[in-house]
Amino acid sequence: MHLSPDQMILWHHGFLKLNATIAYTWALMLVLVGGSRLITRKLSTGLERSRWQNLLEILVTGISKQIEEVGLSQPQKYLGFLGTLFLFVATASLCTVIPGYEPPTASLSTTAALALCVFVAVPFFGIEEQGVRNYLKSYTKPTFIMVPFNIISELSRTLALAVRLFGNMMSGAMIIGILLTITPFIFPIIMTVLGLLTGMVQAYIFSILAAVYIAAATRVRKPKAEPMQTIPA
Amino acid sequence: MDNMTIIAVASIVIAGITISLGSIGPALAEGRAVATALTSLAQQPDASATITRTLFVGLAMIESIAIYCFVVSMILIFANPFWNHVIAQTAGK
Repeated sequence: MHLSPDQMILWHHGFLKLNATIAYTWALMLVLVGGSRLITRKLSTGLERSRWQNLLEILVTGISKQIEEVGLSQPQKYLGFLGTLFLFVATASLCTVIPGYEPPTASLSTTAALALCVFVAVPFFGIEEQGVRNYLKSYTKPTFIMVPFNIISELSRTLALAVRLFGNMMSGAMIIGILLTITPFIFPIIMTVLGLLTGMVQAYIFSILAAVYIAAATRVRKPKAEPMQTIPA
Repeated sequence: MDNMTIIAVASIVIAGITISLGSIGPALAEGRAVATALTSLAQQPDASATITRTLFVGLAMIESIAIYCFVVSMILIFANPFWNHVIAQTAGK
């Protein structure tokens, strides 16, 4: 009973090791990129469109609307990053219906990598929107004493993102593994369905939290409004 | 009791206590969160999209505390460094 797919080594040659996490991650990337390439080969802008194009449009407009609701006024700038986060984690969790598959997000390395991407993206988008000085000044809000606490909160949010996703995926895989040795038939199926549900919710949570952090970093502070002038009678 | 027994007993007992005590707080907090969300949904059904989304985000943050306890207890059972060290010592002897 292994803790994560990192421990299933498929091939090694001296120093390099190919474990199941890397293999499944690349397989997922192939599926996502290849599938999108195939579907978007002949896009149609009229009323007649293929089913798969419709599915992609639903996904893209849905994600875009969610990003806008979180508070980012130009969702197309962030759609690539946040949409990819959601799609990767969601597909990784959906594919658990395939027997013999373990989600690569059940390994702390994958989730830590995704959380590090968010950690780098937040200042990147913040500086792109506000400029370096204003972004760094936002660390001193509300007072200057809060600078170390703001930095610590950035680091701990990244850690929380990684461990939350890892814990949810790993617990799903482990519960199914344990149950398969006890009651082999019906109960593991129910737990797989529960695992699918939590996987989808965690994918949504991961991308929404990333969107909220980016929104907090790119919020342009408006200058104080001028005092109202009295209307002459 | 020698070293191996102490480490084994401590790991097993603490793993059980960690997950059982660690689920109490988040469970109570999630119950309160859902109850408040239901009340506000009943008061303002138009805002149901915002309320539902905020509820799910809040539930995920509360749930992560229970997940931390679960990860610690899994590490104690399956990836315990003290146990591995002591096993390696006994195997080497």
